Amino acid sequence: MLRTKRRSALPGFGLTMGMTIFWLGLVVLVPLSALVIRAAGMGWEGFAEVGLSPRALAAYRLSFGAALAAAAINAVFGLLIAWILVRYEFPGKKLIDAAVDLPFALPTAVAGIALVSLYSENGWVGSLLAPLGIKVAYTPLGVTIALVFIGLPFIVRSVQPVLADLGRDVEEAAATLGASRVQTFGRVILPAIAPALLTGFALAFARGVGEYGSIIFIAGNMPFKSEIAPLLIITQLEQFDYNGATAIACVMLVLSFAMLLFVNLLQAWRAKRGTR
Amino acid sequence: MSIVVDNISRRFGGFTALDRVTLETKPGEFLALLGPSGSGKTTLLRTIAGLDFADEGHVLFDGQDMTGTPAAERRIGFVFQNYALFRHMTVADNIAFGLTVRKRRDRPAKAAIAAKVAELLELIQLPQLGDRYPAQLSGGQRQRVALARALAIEPRLLLLDEPFGALDAQVRKDLRGWLRRIHDETGLTSIFVTHDQEEALEIADRIVVMRGGVIEQIGTPAEVQSAPATAFVSSFIGETNRLPVTRRDGAAIIGDGLATVPDEARGQGGGEIHIRPHDVELAQSGAADALPVTVLASRPIGRSRRITAELAGIAEPLTFDLPVAEEAAAGQSLSIRPVRYRIF
Repeated sequence: MLRTKRRSALPGFGLTMGMTIFWLGLVVLVPLSALVIRAAGMGWEGFAEVGLSPRALAAYRLSFGAALAAAAINAVFGLLIAWILVRYEFPGKKLIDAAVDLPFALPTAVAGIALVSLYSENGWVGSLLAPLGIKVAYTPLGVTIALVFIGLPFIVRSVQPVLADLGRDVEEAAATLGASRVQTFGRVILPAIAPALLTGFALAFARGVGEYGSIIFIAGNMPFKSEIAPLLIITQLEQFDYNGATAIACVMLVLSFAMLLFVNLLQAWRAKRGTR
Repeated sequence: MSIVVDNISRRFGGFTALDRVTLETKPGEFLALLGPSGSGKTTLLRTIAGLDFADEGHVLFDGQDMTGTPAAERRIGFVFQNYALFRHMTVADNIAFGLTVRKRRDRPAKAAIAAKVAELLELIQLPQLGDRYPAQLSGGQRQRVALARALAIEPRLLLLDEPFGALDAQVRKDLRGWLRRIHDETGLTSIFVTHDQEEALEIADRIVVMRGGVIEQIGTPAEVQSAPATAFVSSFIGETNRLPVTRRDGAAIIGDGLATVPDEARGQGGGEIHIRPHDVELAQSGAADALPVTVLASRPIGRSRRITAELAGIAEPLTFDLPVAEEAAAGQSLSIRPVRYRIF
């Protein structure tokens, strides 16, 4: 039990904690619990019929699979971009730095339309890939590419400050001790930035799971093939099947929460093992 | 090991960090690179380490050209100002790092590495702290761990970049003497960078005084203090009163005829006389070779009395150290005769 009368050098815990719970409840928990309550009212039969239907399962698989793949791709290239921006000076650096945030700022639908015109069979890139037998638009690959676009800033902006804080001298120290660049990266840099990278990964993944606007144009939205879960929810809503939409949303909510919790536990486990 | 730096130049854009610098060390020597910030001392150290590369010139280790060799292949120990410890590794893992990254055939066995780490922890007087993380150590302890890490690879040369720059005064003092002892025990050639003249004077065998990318003087602590080669060295090392002089026929006239002192070098024209605070004595008032000053403040410091005084026509106040028995009140006029001085 917390002793409330104890004096502290940082007073105000009670007030700020109260505010936190109130605010989190108002903004996050109340809407979500309304969702859960509504879904609970359906009964298991009705819930499973829509929420766990084969079509819904395929949509979950696509949404979560593509989001994971895109976050993984971004983890690699986002790290590279963050690296370049922190470690080197070159002309146009400020421009690149600003361009990283464009996926944040652009209305997602604009991004979707741009991607379609680029990757459809008669687009710039699509027409080059088509002879190789690679179809991007209207396939899961297209969904993944859209999510890569959307998720990039999360990785770059999470890793960048940590990498800057890491300092050149740590890398130089590794070099003077005889470490190769690969060893320096694997044993010095990666462990130091892993928590930030994991955070960025989780953010990009979470965003990818919920993404709608940029995908619907490039996905083609064929059931069982390129239909994402958020779209399925919209489809239900358009048919005034609020219960169905709620059921799918509930499944997504549980899955997302489980994965984010897993990432957080991973962070906590890492922190316990070392560093501060 | 002996190091030769031969005509090294380095430019960063329009800024010349090193301008044809040449330097040679003797084996086992403890060398200090001393200078104000921007003097090129750190760039010179980094060039020797292989962390920076010269535009022109050569670096030789024992006669072998190392100019293009990357840091990882030079086998040097480098200690950074801000420790540069690996935060996610324990102290022991930090120290062992240089051994564990070796290629398998050169890598010592696990037990041998552990023994080496234990030995180094003993050397840096932190035998209990192998399992700690750097964040759990004080600044002085961290820098000692950084030194142990550098020594673990049995370097041919030890380079230290302002090793005590981030520490507070008392810790600096303690570590100075300790570093000198480590140097003597290991017999390594060591070069360290500092902007603190006291530090350089206290522990270096020879001091390289740098300014604006060039070497002003190389000499023992005694030489750079008693026989500074340039006006810069004279004013940078130790306290100095600087006054304008006119030199004529073996005499130097201070100010506009305030005093006249002998000029053994027999220079001609304008110049600058440097007088250390303690190189003066009290003279009869009106003596031609003494400075007529007005005391601004006077306070005893240890066995001497520090006098701050002003001289007519000179903007900067002067400082002199007289025997503590010489009472002097503010506003009083004194005649101060320079006993030792240098004219540049």
